[in-house]
Amino acid sequence: MSDASRRDAVTEETIMSRSADRMSEFVDWIDARFPMTKMLKEHATEYYAAKNFNVLYVFGVLAMVVLIIQLITGIFLTMSYKPDAEKAFASVEYIMRDVEWGWLIRYMHSTGASAFFIVVYLHMFRGMMYGSYKKPRELLWIIGMLIYVFLMAEGFLGYLLPWGQMSYWGAQVIVSLFGAIPGIGEGVVEWIRGDYFISDITLNRFFALHVIAVPLALIMLVVMHILALHETGSLNPDGIEIKEHKGPDGIPLDGIAFHPYLTAKDLVAIVIFLAAFSGVVFFAPEMGGYFLEHANFEPANQLKTPEHIAPVWYYTPFYAILRAVPSKGLGAFLMAMAIVLLFFLPWLDRCKVKSIRYRGWTYKVALTTFAISFVSLGYLGLQPAVAPYVTITQVFTILYFSFFVFMPIYTRFEKTKPVPERVTWDH
Amino acid sequence: MSEKSGLNRRHFLSVATSVAGAAGLGMVAVPFALSFKPSAKAQALGAPVQVDIGKLDEGQMVRSMWRGKPVWVLKRSSEMLDRMRASGAKLADPESEVETQQPTFAQNAERSLKPEILVVLGVCTHLGCAPLERFDIAPADLGPEWVGGFYCPCHGSKFDLAGRVYSGVPAPTNLVVPPYRYLSETLILVGDDAGASA
Repeated sequence: MSDASRRDAVTEETIMSRSADRMSEFVDWIDARFPMTKMLKEHATEYYAAKNFNVLYVFGVLAMVVLIIQLITGIFLTMSYKPDAEKAFASVEYIMRDVEWGWLIRYMHSTGASAFFIVVYLHMFRGMMYGSYKKPRELLWIIGMLIYVFLMAEGFLGYLLPWGQMSYWGAQVIVSLFGAIPGIGEGVVEWIRGDYFISDITLNRFFALHVIAVPLALIMLVVMHILALHETGSLNPDGIEIKEHKGPDGIPLDGIAFHPYLTAKDLVAIVIFLAAFSGVVFFAPEMGGYFLEHANFEPANQLKTPEHIAPVWYYTPFYAILRAVPSKGLGAFLMAMAIVLLFFLPWLDRCKVKSIRYRGWTYKVALTTFAISFVSLGYLGLQPAVAPYVTITQVFTILYFSFFVFMPIYTRFEKTKPVPERVTWDH
Repeated sequence: MSEKSGLNRRHFLSVATSVAGAAGLGMVAVPFALSFKPSAKAQALGAPVQVDIGKLDEGQMVRSMWRGKPVWVLKRSSEMLDRMRASGAKLADPESEVETQQPTFAQNAERSLKPEILVVLGVCTHLGCAPLERFDIAPADLGPEWVGGFYCPCHGSKFDLAGRVYSGVPAPTNLVVPPYRYLSETLILVGDDAGASA
């Protein structure tokens, strides 16, 4: 090595170490004013989760990804959309045809709505499989349920905005459900609509709620959900607390740091998810009428009811329950209860063992029946309310509620298997 | 003042401040909640409409609009009513038992306040098409049994002269009778029954 090149190398080293010094000085400057490093440690590099996570543990992160997709695409859609009964339908066509890449942004948003529910339903089912709602994670579950309810509201409000036939009549049907509240029902319906029928006034307020109020609430709830999760710690497929077995360094023996280990794993899931998501956006954005219903390509017409009113697929289990009961009041009540009961899961389930791996056959049968009922009700809610669908719907409605109503009994006398001390992991 | 009473005083003041604050928040929430109610403009547009039937001859129908829906007012002759009662047509809900389709005052044989005057919304209960007035008797297309009524051209639903749906047609229920009342002998107010249907 010549003298000159040696000198160059030395200079480079000095510059690099100097810039590293500057970097750490900058971080120190920030940390003295904002707990950046502290938060990164607490929530990422020193947040420990079990090393035996399986594929079902990716849907929380995926829900976050979809939330971000929805927020960004949503902001761009508001720039071209007009919340006006006279202009709304045309402004959506304008986005689809005339706005540069408008079709992509809108299809991402409409596909994102369905994707949101797919990942959230799987996320919730994971929780039910492994007992993620059990003590001490009751609040985590309740915050999550609130997110789910707000998400349903968000989807419903957003569905009116294109002002198509299904937007209009779907809103008509759902809003009129509040009329089933005894005594004040009709007043509540009028209060929600702000008019005597679904009108421009209704559209304008649904827009405000869809783009400001509900997203704000959702973001706040998501932050609370993560804070609650990081307080109790993530559970795992074995349903045991890794905090109970810590090494001398205070780190759970079965734990690995969220970053970089679990972020690396999640990244794989995100890539696969985005590939599938793009596939839908590019090749099947309507998903055969399930993601975007065909009746919605016709502008809203208050004098003409579509032949067959069906909500989007993610509400159909509850819509099926509504229609299973001949009385409107009881139907609406049961529909609400179908969601409310989920909130009480942490207290309905009396079994001490968390994970389905070590629970008795009763819970396995119950959860399987519940899942089959939920999916079947989802299918039945898309069908017209005629025989034999009505009777089948009633059967699955009874099965759906049996899962909750008899839960305190069948979980109390459950024959469980011994739970291991440490997470099981073969490698 | 002892330390304990000082704490009590502090506790009282905290509670009083909280209550006052909560009351203030509660009161300021009221205008926001009330802003959701139908605005003055919506109320004006959704206000009851008057229909003058002074110049209406027997067998004639007058059309109006109320809350975005067509309102029909038909003056039925006694022959029309007699034919309707005697027709023996098979009706899905002859006694008007489906509560949502009419105010209680119209839950009678003629589905009206005065037997000859029919007030209904001209919206087919099947898919919301506009039925046609077919007061002719036994026309070629509707068959010899037809004694006059409403016929929906979209999917062939048939209604009698009281807006009652025939059985075996796509429409599930009778035509809707809106709330209404008489302001005078010849003036009907549609959209307001002064609480008669409650």
